[in-house]
Amino acid sequence: MARGLSPLAPPRAVGKKQSMNRLAFDFHGAALAPLPSGALHWPAARTLVVSDLHLGKSARMSAGGGAALPPYDTRETLARLERDIAATAPARVICLGDSFDSGAIRAALPAEDRDRITDVQAGREWIWIEGNHDPGPADLGGTHRAELMLGPLTFRHIARADAAGEVSGHYHPKARLLLRGRAISRPCFLFDTVRLILPAYGAYTGGLFTHAPTLSRLMGAEAEAILCGATQMRLPMPRTEARRA
Amino acid sequence: MTALPPALQDWFDARGWQMHPHQETMLDRAGAPALLLIAPTGGGKTLAGFLPTLSELAEAPEPGLHTLYVSPLKALAADIKRNLRTPIEEAGLPIRVEDRTGDTTATQKKRQRADPPHILLTTPESLALLTSYEDAPRMFAGLKRVVVDEIHALAESKRGDQLMLALARLQTLCPDLRRVGLSATVDDPAQIAKLLARHPDPCEILEADPGPEPDIEMLVTDTPPPWSGGGAKYAIPAVLEEVRKHRTTLIFHNTRAQAEIFFHHLWLANEEGLPIGIHHGSLDRGQRERVEAAMVAGDLRAIVCTGSLDLGIDWGDVDLVIQVGAPKNVKRLVQRIGRANHRYNAPSKALLVPANRFEVVECVAALQAVKERDLDGEPRGPGPRDVLCQHILIAACAGPFDAEMLYAEMISAGAYAGLTRAEFDACLDFCATGGYALRAYDQWRRILQRPDGLWQLRDPRSALRIRQNIGTIQDTDTLKVRMRGRGGAPLGEVEEGFAASLTKGDTFLIGGRIVRYEGLRETVVEVSRDSAQKPKIATFMGTKFSTSTQLSHRIVRMCQQDDWPDLPEHTADWLRLQREVSRLPQPGRLLIESFPHDGREQLVVYGFAGRNAQQTLGLLLTKRMEEEGLAPMGFVSTDYATLIWGLDAVTDPRPLFDIARLEAGLDTWLAGNAVMKRTFRASAHIAGLLERQVGGTRKTGKQATMSSDILYDTLLKYDPDHLLMQITREEAMRGLVDFDRIREMTERVGDRIDLLHLTRVTPLAAPLFLEPGRVPIAGSADERLLEEEVTRLLDASGLAAVDAPARPVWRVPW
Repeated sequence: MARGLSPLAPPRAVGKKQSMNRLAFDFHGAALAPLPSGALHWPAARTLVVSDLHLGKSARMSAGGGAALPPYDTRETLARLERDIAATAPARVICLGDSFDSGAIRAALPAEDRDRITDVQAGREWIWIEGNHDPGPADLGGTHRAELMLGPLTFRHIARADAAGEVSGHYHPKARLLLRGRAISRPCFLFDTVRLILPAYGAYTGGLFTHAPTLSRLMGAEAEAILCGATQMRLPMPRTEARRA
Repeated sequence: MTALPPALQDWFDARGWQMHPHQETMLDRAGAPALLLIAPTGGGKTLAGFLPTLSELAEAPEPGLHTLYVSPLKALAADIKRNLRTPIEEAGLPIRVEDRTGDTTATQKKRQRADPPHILLTTPESLALLTSYEDAPRMFAGLKRVVVDEIHALAESKRGDQLMLALARLQTLCPDLRRVGLSATVDDPAQIAKLLARHPDPCEILEADPGPEPDIEMLVTDTPPPWSGGGAKYAIPAVLEEVRKHRTTLIFHNTRAQAEIFFHHLWLANEEGLPIGIHHGSLDRGQRERVEAAMVAGDLRAIVCTGSLDLGIDWGDVDLVIQVGAPKNVKRLVQRIGRANHRYNAPSKALLVPANRFEVVECVAALQAVKERDLDGEPRGPGPRDVLCQHILIAACAGPFDAEMLYAEMISAGAYAGLTRAEFDACLDFCATGGYALRAYDQWRRILQRPDGLWQLRDPRSALRIRQNIGTIQDTDTLKVRMRGRGGAPLGEVEEGFAASLTKGDTFLIGGRIVRYEGLRETVVEVSRDSAQKPKIATFMGTKFSTSTQLSHRIVRMCQQDDWPDLPEHTADWLRLQREVSRLPQPGRLLIESFPHDGREQLVVYGFAGRNAQQTLGLLLTKRMEEEGLAPMGFVSTDYATLIWGLDAVTDPRPLFDIARLEAGLDTWLAGNAVMKRTFRASAHIAGLLERQVGGTRKTGKQATMSSDILYDTLLKYDPDHLLMQITREEAMRGLVDFDRIREMTERVGDRIDLLHLTRVTPLAAPLFLEPGRVPIAGSADERLLEEEVTRLLDASGLAAVDAPARPVWRVPW
């Protein structure tokens, strides 16, 4: 086969504007656009969804007596969020949980970072979904919810077995592909007919490979992945069974 | 001359032995504050180092630690313990000798701190750990001498820097401490002496008689060596014949993988069942110890081994050393030859077995160098500051410290003599708060200054984590290999990257046998026995050596000859073939070859500029190729050439060497490359920013790689002048040359660039494909490969065909 490009993988030299929506897909009747940063845009509902920001992660690790990691993760994550909000102008932002690395760190967030959060919240509905790292209400603006139903979709932090039109985060999915002896790994969205899992949005977040049994069990056989990064790609979810020698 | 105490003199007399002149001198100068002995291997160097200790203890035995012996290898410490026991027991001296390494049991370690032996044998890492305990002053009280063995090997690395900082610490605890260094023959003894002595004190250098010329030759075989390949399988019958003719043979290899493969073939050919063992650093400790014991007992006729047996271990009856594969550098070769014939004043016997024809050229060049006693060596710059950061943390573990005193102590170590107070303060600040431009962690300082001015750990519990991360050795991350099933026997270790490439059913070699990969259980690779004759996957990585620059100069000169009467006919033929199918490198011109291989386009640039310059050239050319849309994927450099692989072939090399375009954006490219990230990762581990051990569980290398790259990118963006970024640049630049050298080369060559388009790998290029140290380039090739793969996957799954518009879109009513 020639280096043919399928309708799902258009040429790499696409403009930025165009690339925003080129991998839009239908999920339970909602037309969703995954962004290269790992955010999810739902244009019809003027909603932007991000998961697992883990703000304050470096500070939490430093407080624990370990080495002081470069304290620039929070501003890097917020800068990404500001960029995506500027590009999509959403009326509503949903943070899908683990927005803060711990409840204590949320309280200790420097004033400068709190101000930036307040700035991006201005003029839009802001929803903090509860995560395993940051249970309980935030003393920042916005609404705090355990989960949220919006039209055909349900937003929660951790995927549930009885999902239907569920959008969640938590697992930090990451795809690993072997390409002619070179391994490339990228954070990715995963979706099947009932659920959609978002990649982690935070700067210092690691990931769980889609090959991991947890993710393989969770996702249906027909699950697909959309890779984040400069060139977004949509492909069948990489799994252990599909691994070639 | 100083007389030996009667008990020792009697022991010498009973054996009919006399002290060597340098041993007598060592005894005479026993009181010198610093003394460096240079002696060939087998010259009774270690005994020379210990004689003053034995003599002092025999005359006036006192409880407590008298002498600390530090060697770069655990195995060496164990070996010295065995060797010291003979004179001590036979002369009936009341001296207790113990070793302490990573292999010593916890109970024994604890007891040693409470009740130290007279002589403690240890490694730089174990010593650094000892100095981190609060009871260090008590344990080292009364210490008289420290003997640093194989100091030439330590002097080349950060392990040596760490050791010298630890000695500075000990010197403060024991002001009368005398330092002794034992070194093999080196090119620049004064350099080592400077490291050993307390700065700025002088250090006396004692050079022993170098002994007779070594008897060293290249092994001549009926079958010629192959063009490329590192296994030297062709030489198996000839090597086996040599093993038969000698009492005990050591067969050295440059990498663990080569040792495994060679051992496997040797064993298949060993029809009469000669007892042959294998020994390398990836094997399980139990296995290594069994081989060592069998060797000492004289039960083995040959040992296939790597650098783990490299340094000065006295195996008694070895009468032949075989070096398989090119010796890479002459100094290493000379030291390996020292293994044979440990009788002083008898020539050492050694055979070189080149694995391929390029190595024949290297071997002949090395033999000439040995004859001319042209030892190679490269000077090291000032002591690296990541080691300093670790040392500050170690000091904090031992108890509150005064910054002024710690600084004074550090600059008494030769490598750090030029350290400014400002540089020291930057390290201290890094240890305390991370040293970031954004002062974010003041409330969570790792170490803090008390009202009385002393510095201490904020949380005493962090001492445990710091101790677990002591050391400067950057192992590739490895995973343990075990037989499957309950209580399966441990076999050794493989690199994590190698383990990741395995699928169930793959077979590979470890510990001389073929095993079948079953799966990964947590961080253990589980395998089962396999009866295959040939492993499916032949390699896992091993220690990496580079050819020394001196040696590569000799090789260029050989390439420029019209003919090669010094080389075996098959190798001369091979060079002639290179001249026929391609060209041989010529002075004043730059030879470049381009050919497809392995599904990629390969480009070989024969600069013969030394590894550092070739490495820089690789970085620069890949940058230009990326700009030209040629999708380079990576490169590897040796002393003589750089090999670049990518998706597209280079048709016109001249634009690539356009000096103005090479220079533009150079900083950005250098900052983002894999060499920098790798260097950053190593320094971040040493300086304590990244931890390998957290509460006893080791992070897997994959996680470590990922997070260190993210940290590097973040610092580059927000804090490019951070201390660790400075250290990374310094370190990476040690391995790269400055741009001026490249400019000079492009000017000298001008447009005299010869690009030859060929259809296949050339003779001279073949060995490059075996070279370790490949540098990946993350660029457009990644994206193109991804597209290919996605297209393939979609076609395979049939998804591409069904991408019709799905169900009608459900409208949200708000």
